Amino acid sequence: MATVCAVMASTHHPFYYRASTATGGARPPFADEWVAKIEKFRETLTRARPDVLVMVGSDHFHQLWLDNMPQFLVGKAPVYDANFYNEEREFGLPRLLLNGHEDLSAHMLRNGLDAGFDLAFSNELRIDHSITCPIITLRPEADLPIVPIYTNIFAPPLPQPKRFVELGQAIRHIVEAWPEDLRVAVIGTGHLSLELGGPRQFGEHGPDPEFDRRAVGWIATGDLEGCLSQVTLDSLHAPGNATHGFMDFMLMMGVAGENEKADYVDTLDLFHTMEAYFTWYPTGGVA
Amino acid sequence: MSKYLLNKFLFTVDRDPDLVERYRTDPAGTVQWWEAGEANRILNCISQEQSTWLRLEEAERAALAAHDYPKLFELGAHPFLTLTLFIAMFERDYPEPLGFQKDYAARLAHFAQPYPDIAT
Repeated sequence: MATVCAVMASTHHPFYYRASTATGGARPPFADEWVAKIEKFRETLTRARPDVLVMVGSDHFHQLWLDNMPQFLVGKAPVYDANFYNEEREFGLPRLLLNGHEDLSAHMLRNGLDAGFDLAFSNELRIDHSITCPIITLRPEADLPIVPIYTNIFAPPLPQPKRFVELGQAIRHIVEAWPEDLRVAVIGTGHLSLELGGPRQFGEHGPDPEFDRRAVGWIATGDLEGCLSQVTLDSLHAPGNATHGFMDFMLMMGVAGENEKADYVDTLDLFHTMEAYFTWYPTGGVA
Repeated sequence: MSKYLLNKFLFTVDRDPDLVERYRTDPAGTVQWWEAGEANRILNCISQEQSTWLRLEEAERAALAAHDYPKLFELGAHPFLTLTLFIAMFERDYPEPLGFQKDYAARLAHFAQPYPDIAT
């Protein structure tokens, strides 16, 4: 049977690639610390020796559009092209090509549907920076097959936070029931407090450091009860207009399990957003 | 209100490098051209199977034609779409890193929560 060898949750910051590769006067002052933190975080995945990556993210109006918007979607394709023109333009992100794992995608879809999640699917999915950012930070070789899972945190009406948690719990069970003897890492990215296209964007810190402090606490301790009691679709507007991306962290808390303390926690108070990195080793160790 | 169509303009222009430049240099002409020929195109259908009913409201048309992004925010355009496209058009005019983005925030400073509804 498959082993969930690591569960990882992080922010996905599209500026990382350019900051980490810049040299000389173009290199921002925060780049060295950021790179050091990312390399430590990356080591927590490397140590888990994954064979396959289940990647949870959210399309940012790239391929998925308002004329046909899925709430939860699983990619099932042998190959995924990645990154879009406007991500090259704004963030300098490179185009990537990632292999898919169609058997695990099929298993995810069949068992997700049977568990009560009416998952959409895509046989030709171009993935964006919500998934390529963690490839760049955690597995820059881009050498492992992936199963992309997209959530709608972007175009209301959105599913309830509880539904994200439940989907995460289901993903954990579904991967563990996969009969292949492979090591699967489940990696998801979202946001803490974040404002984009509003008056609180690009400040000295994230728009709501107090929310960020509480959120890191919920995630690090697996406090689903506390988190679910304080987070609603309405409440997520207050910390910043793009904070619904926090629901992807909640999904990953579902994957990790209630009251499961993260084995690795790190943060970086970057201008305009708090970066946060978490790793759980469900088997109690990485062996 | 046709927030969906407002978003569709931002979305379809943002993904086309030529249209980004055209909208930067000729906003009113681009909006007029787009509404006449592109607004009713269903993105996953052939041209013979386009919609027949989509039309911008006057306030929406005027905001797009004036590059008036605070007004687009007020009208409930999706803030991510507006921000991304306007960065593409105007970040180049600001010498400081993130200069445009900070100016953008300042020009929206009069908005308090709750922000305009973006649901479509």
